[in-house]
Formats: sequence, structure tokens, C-alpha cells
Amino acid sequence: MESLILVLVGILVAVATYLILSKQLLRVILGTAVLSHAAHLLILTMGGLKKGDVPLLGESEGPYTDALPQALILTAIVISFAVTAFVLVLGYRAYKTNGSGNFDELRGTPDE
Amino acid sequence: MVTVLIAILLPFVCAALIPLLYRRLRRVTHLGWFVLSVPFILFLLLARYIPQLAEGKTFIHTYEWIPSFNINFTTYLDGLSMIFGLLITGVGSLVILYSIFYLSTKESLHHFYCYLLLFMGAMLGVVFSDNLMVLYTFWELTSVSSFLLIAFWHHRKASRAGAKKAMMITVFGGLSMLAGFLMLYVASHTFSIREIVANVEVIRDHTLFTPALILILLGAFTKSAQFPFHIWLPDAMEAPTPVSAYLHSATMVKAGIYLVARFSPVFGGEAVWFWLVSVIGLVTLFWGSFNAVRQTDLKALLAFSTVSQLGLIMSLFGLGSVGHYYGYEENSILYTQASFAALFHLVNHSTFKGALFMMVGIVDHEVGTRDIRRLGGLMSFMPITFTIAVIGSFSMAGLPPFNGFLSKEMFFAAVLAIRDVEAFSIADIGLFFPIVAWVASIFTFVYSLILISRTFLGKLQPEKIDKKPHEAPLGMLISPIILCLLVVGIFFFPNILGHYILEPAMASIYPTFPTTSELTPHIHAWHGINAELLMTVGVIIIGIILFKTLKSWKPLYRLFSQKYTFNTYYNRMIEMSENGSQKLTNKYMTGNLTHYFVYIYVFFVALIAGYFVWSDAMTFNFDKDSAIESYELILVFVMIFAAVWMIFAKGRVTAMLLNGVLGYSIAFFFVIFRAPDLALTQLVVESVTTALFLLCFKYLPDLMPELPRKRVQWSKALISIFVGATVTIVGLAVVHYDRFEPVATYFNDAYELAGGSNIVNTILGDFRAFDTMLEVVVLLIAGLGVYALTKLKPRKEEADHEN
Repeated sequence: MESLILVLVGILVAVATYLILSKQLLRVILGTAVLSHAAHLLILTMGGLKKGDVPLLGESEGPYTDALPQALILTAIVISFAVTAFVLVLGYRAYKTNGSGNFDELRGTPDE
Repeated sequence: MVTVLIAILLPFVCAALIPLLYRRLRRVTHLGWFVLSVPFILFLLLARYIPQLAEGKTFIHTYEWIPSFNINFTTYLDGLSMIFGLLITGVGSLVILYSIFYLSTKESLHHFYCYLLLFMGAMLGVVFSDNLMVLYTFWELTSVSSFLLIAFWHHRKASRAGAKKAMMITVFGGLSMLAGFLMLYVASHTFSIREIVANVEVIRDHTLFTPALILILLGAFTKSAQFPFHIWLPDAMEAPTPVSAYLHSATMVKAGIYLVARFSPVFGGEAVWFWLVSVIGLVTLFWGSFNAVRQTDLKALLAFSTVSQLGLIMSLFGLGSVGHYYGYEENSILYTQASFAALFHLVNHSTFKGALFMMVGIVDHEVGTRDIRRLGGLMSFMPITFTIAVIGSFSMAGLPPFNGFLSKEMFFAAVLAIRDVEAFSIADIGLFFPIVAWVASIFTFVYSLILISRTFLGKLQPEKIDKKPHEAPLGMLISPIILCLLVVGIFFFPNILGHYILEPAMASIYPTFPTTSELTPHIHAWHGINAELLMTVGVIIIGIILFKTLKSWKPLYRLFSQKYTFNTYYNRMIEMSENGSQKLTNKYMTGNLTHYFVYIYVFFVALIAGYFVWSDAMTFNFDKDSAIESYELILVFVMIFAAVWMIFAKGRVTAMLLNGVLGYSIAFFFVIFRAPDLALTQLVVESVTTALFLLCFKYLPDLMPELPRKRVQWSKALISIFVGATVTIVGLAVVHYDRFEPVATYFNDAYELAGGSNIVNTILGDFRAFDTMLEVVVLLIAGLGVYALTKLKPRKEEADHEN
């Protein structure tokens, strides 16, 4: 299972990289969202998959699955949401100010 | 020996106080009066030690600074550092007194005096430090403060250019000097100059000895404006005249000479040292005086004259180094008199050149120009200034009854004596030294006459000058008058100076000699008709002839094409390096975000994957993998399908929905992987994100089809695949890493430790509560950012066009 998920993570990362390398702001934002999905899966996989019970004391006898990656991911989900929201609004503002969402047209003056 | 420490630190402390005092003092009086007290007090403090030094004592004190690196703050007061200490504080006092009347209170005086004190402290640090690293630090600080002072009127382009040039050249020399110091450290295992001098016999055989010698000389030559590094000094004349008088004639440019004198006991016996120092010095002497003649700006003339005089002193130290080769013997005085003459001329030059610079400053200040083509006939308007000019110039030209005559005669005696030296096969070109010295002295005589006659004699040209000339205020005249009194006083009583100041310094230059009292010649103004005197007479006669026929031979200078001056080489070098670095930077800093991402990814793959391959860390172990159920496999394929489709999605809504598919699938995985909290959070966040995307789509443009060339698409795809592969490989290699006990077991006691049975929640809310708090802060900042970006507008139209 772990190997399979890691291959999936690799594919997600590759897709995210491809999106980030594109010239349109919206694709880049989508790319970061995919990248955070990949990162969450990667962290979870590192703790081992399906190796124990749900980490709720009293619900089962254990052993419990590793709870630390889960806590990390919980924080990461919220932060990636915040970042996605901010970047989206940044893209909106950049488009409104400059009239373009294309990096080729957002390069500033050539002599700077 | 607190005095020396005070001498180094007091200027820095006062420089730090100036910003505080400036506002209070500016209404009451000129800031200069406060600053004047610093060098004056230090001068008196240092002068107290003159009698003790004359008896042969030296004072040393060590303050531990970085003992583990052999770097200690060691102050060392001996005859040599005393001369410089007195010059720095003495000339410093006079210059600051002069500047009080030269600079009006409308100038930013707090900057000026802050830099000046900074320089003074740094310069005292250079001459009083025994530790090479401390010396180097102060050395560079003098370059920095000199840069700030040259660019004092930074609104002028020429000032900025001159400051940059001085900085580039002196710091280049400083850095090579540092390399030389480090080589000496490797050879001697000590940063202390005294210890290096004491162990010189051992160090001399080290392979790094000669490279160190050359590198240290490079530092000295750049600082003391020796040929061909002299080009910075004329440009440095953009500084206010008090600065030129202080830094660029009396003190900072003599730091290189100090270094040469200080290292004479170490390198003195070497042939390389002798030839480099004496020949470069002589070439500089000639080139400076030859070029001074054609200058039309009085300060430029004085700058070239300073270059020339520095060359003279330098060459004398070179000649004096023969004394180290022979060691102490009966007729050592034949060679050591050169070093003595160097020290003597060092002092003399500071007196007359200081006076001359101040004189030029007065002319500039009161007449409004220092261009000799516009000046003339000022004698009757400015009689006192004229007298100062005559005394200074005649001393510079080497005429009696002024101190320049004495040291010039000794210089002639030294170059004549060197003819007969057998060491280093000097005798082969023995005549070279006196001839160059004599020719250079003729040019010195000529430009001294130009200085006086073009400024003060001839006819006044009232139509070419802006102000009506008049004598300077008394305050401005005091300092040059004091210097002129010294010029005359030293001529009549040279042996007081010789005994109390120069003799102890000789002991520092020849520390291995048992006694130095025999090495210091008794200075006579009249020593019969001999070769030196005849040379002086020749200088005067030919000098007057050349001066009278100046018009007919001045076209000679046009033979030197402007294309091949050192300045053009310097400018071309700077231009080339600037253009080169700009081209290089522009090659990769394209301003295109995509390119920067490419650099990051390529570096990531090269470093991580490269290291994995190189270190042979790719060992995979699939045995511990848990089993795969069929529905999990379906979910995986759904995700892969959605992800790959995203790349080819034409519309933004499709792409966004596919992102949603990924998010919800991951929520399913969280359920499967025993993480109910994550699944819940993921579902909520994914829904909100999707809503947010939809909301923003109202304002954002639709996706355009990406239309770059095929080749670009393929290279992007290749990079993406490599990045993905790297992550997978690293993940596979480390996933079952079990060399350490997992920390997770600690959290199994969550109920006892944190009072909660949901382990994930206890981690977030208790064990790692600070993380969660900071996470909330991140959310808050993002929220504020979103608010600012959507709500706030630029206040004015101009805000959008700041360029």
C-alpha cells in the first residue's frame, strides 16, 4: 500500500510541477493546491498506513496508528487553505491592476 | 598604557556622540570647536611620552579580544608609531581648526565631523596596533571613512566617482594585504608584528615569505598612491579641502609608508623588497612631478605633487633597507641615512603640504576658483596667503631656509651613496638613482614656481573670477601660519626633531641594531660645497630655465595619448566588469517566474536525486507494505486520472472540479488510513476552497490554451516527471526507516498527560499548542492579506506610477 501511495504522490507532484511551470497564474494556483494534496499524502504515508487502530483512546485496545503525522497534516490542511485563499485573491488583484494573468505580460519594465 | 587605548577609542566615542550633540550645539556654536578638542587632547597626551621614547623606551599593552584565534588588541607605542600619532593628532587639530572657518554651518557638519573622527580613530588604530588583524580592520576603516569624506558633497557626480575610485583601489590593495598577513601568519604562527620581527630568521625561509612580501607591498602601494595606483589620488581631490589636507596629503596616504617602514625589519634584507620599494618609489616620484607641471587645477597640481613626494619617501625607505642586508656595522650610516631622510621628509612633507593645501583652500574660498588659467595677481590682495604659498612652495622645491631643503639634500646624499653598494648588484645601474631623483626634483621645482606665479603674480583677471578677492579671515590663516612656522623652525633647529622624534623611530626600523644614536646623522644646513649642493644648484638653474620656456616644451605632454593613460585602463576595466556581471545576471534573472521555478526544480532534482544515486541509498523494501484492497486501487486510479486530466483541461471550471475530485478522494484515503479528524477537516476545507475558486472565477480570466513551442512543453514535462520521480524514490527509500523508535508511543498516554482521548486533538491542543496558535496567526495574516487585497485601494493615482 505504502509503495502504491508513494507512486501516486510522485504523479501528483509531477502534475503539480507541470502546472506550476505554466505561464498562467490560475494554473499555478491550482498547481500549489495539488502539491499540498501530494504533501499531505506523503506525510501520512511516512507514518505507516493501516498499521493500527484509529487513534482514539478507549475506542479500541490498540496499538494505535501513528498520530503525529495526522496532527501535522491537520495543521497543514488549514495552512494550505489559507495560502490558497491568499494566492487566489492576489491573482484577482494582480489581474485587476495589470489586466493580465499571464506571466509573460507581468514582467515589469525591461530595464529594471 | 591607557593613553594609547584612549587615543584609539576617544575619536570613535566622540563620533558616536556627534549625532546626539549636533542638535544642541548647532544653535550655540560651530560643531568643529567640540571636535577640535579631541585631537588636541590626544596630541598633548601623546606628547608626554616623547622624552621617555627618546630614552629608548617602548610601551606595549595587550587587551585580550579573540585569544582563541590569536587576535588580541595589542597597543604598541614606539618611535615610529609616535611620529604618525603626532602627525595624525597634530595636523588633525590644525585641519579641524581650519575647517571651522572653511565649512559654513549650512553644510551637514555632523556628517563631516563624524566621518573625520571615524577616520582619525581608524588611523590611530592602524599605527598603534601590533596585531595584524586589528591593523587590517582599522586599515579598511580608513578606506571607508576616506570614501565617505571624498563623497561628502555627494550631489556632485565627480565626488561620487572619485570616492568610488579611491575605494576600489585602496580596498583592492587592502584585501591583497590581508592575504599577505595571513601568509605571514602561516609562516610565523603569530599575528603580532613584534613577534614576527623577532622570529624573522625562521620566517625568511618559508615558501610563502616572498608572496607575502609582494601582497603586503601591494596594500602599501595602493594606499600610498604609488605608480601605477596613483590615479585615485587626483580624483580624491573632489573632497572638501580640509579633507584633502588631512587625509590625502598628511595622514592616510602615509599609511602605506608606515606599513613599509613597519615591515622593513621583516622584509628589509630581501632583494625583491629593495628593488620594488625603491624603483617604484622613484618612478612615482618622477611621474608625479612630471604630471604635476601640466595641471591647471591647483588641487590637482598638489595631488600629483603629493604622489611624487610619497614616491620620494617610499624610495628612501627602499634604499634604507640595504642596512638590513648588511646588518649593523661601522659604516651602516651610509644606508640608514636614507631611512632617516625618509622619516625626516615625512614630517616635513606634512608641514609644507598641509600649509599649501590650506592655502589653495583659502584661494578657492575667497576667489571662487582654483583654476590657474583664471587666477593671477592675487599677491596684493592676499599678502598673508601669498607668504604661506611662498614658504610652502619653496620648502617643497627644496630651497633654504626651509625644512624641505634639508630633507631634499639628505635625499640626494642617499641616492648618491647607493651607487657604491655592492648588494643586489645595485652598482650596475647605480647612476639610475641619482639621475631620476635629480630630474624629478627639477620638475618639482618647476611646478612649485607655477603654483606661486600663476596664482599670485602676473595680472589679476577680474572678468574671469566671480568674487572680488580679499584676504581670508584670521581663523582660516592660523593653521597654515603655524605649519609655516614649523617649516622655518625645523630648518633652524632640525636636531631637536631629529633627537626626540626621529631617533626613536630609527630604533623601530632597525630593531636588531644595538644602538641607533650613531645611525642618526647630525643635520646640518651647510656642509660645504659637495655633490648634493651642486645638484640643488643645478635643479634651481635648469628649473628656472624650464619655467621660463614652459610654453615651448609644454606641447610635449600631448605626445602622451589620452587613449593609453592609466585612467582609461581603469575605466575600461570597471566598465568591462560592470557590463560582464550585468550580462551574466541578465542571463538568468529574466524576470520570468517560470524560469525561476525551473532553477529551483532542476537544483532540487540534481541535489536530492543526485545524492541518492551517488551515495547508493536506493534500497527499497516492499515486505513491510500493508495489503492493497481493490477499492483502494480504484481510488488511486481515479486520482491519477483526475490529476492527469487537469493538465489537459481546457476550461477553468473543469480544472477546479478535478482539483475537487483530488481533494475528496484524499478525504476517502484519510478514512481508510484511520484518520477521521483529517477526513472531516479535508471535506470542509475542500468544499470551502471550491466555493472560493468559484467566487474568484467571476473576476478572473478563463484559462487560455497554453501555446508555447513543443520543445518547451516537453522540457517542462521532463522536469515534472523528474521531480515526481525524485519524490517517489526518496519516499520509497525512507518509508520503512526503523532505526529509531517512533515518538508516537509517547502520545499513547494522552489521557494521563493531556486529559483527552483523541490523540490527534491532544497533540494539537496541548502537546503542540504553540504550533496551533501560530497556525491561527498564519490564518489571521492570510485573512488580513485577503482583506487588504480586496478592499484597499491606492490612495492616489500616482501611487500606481512610482517610477
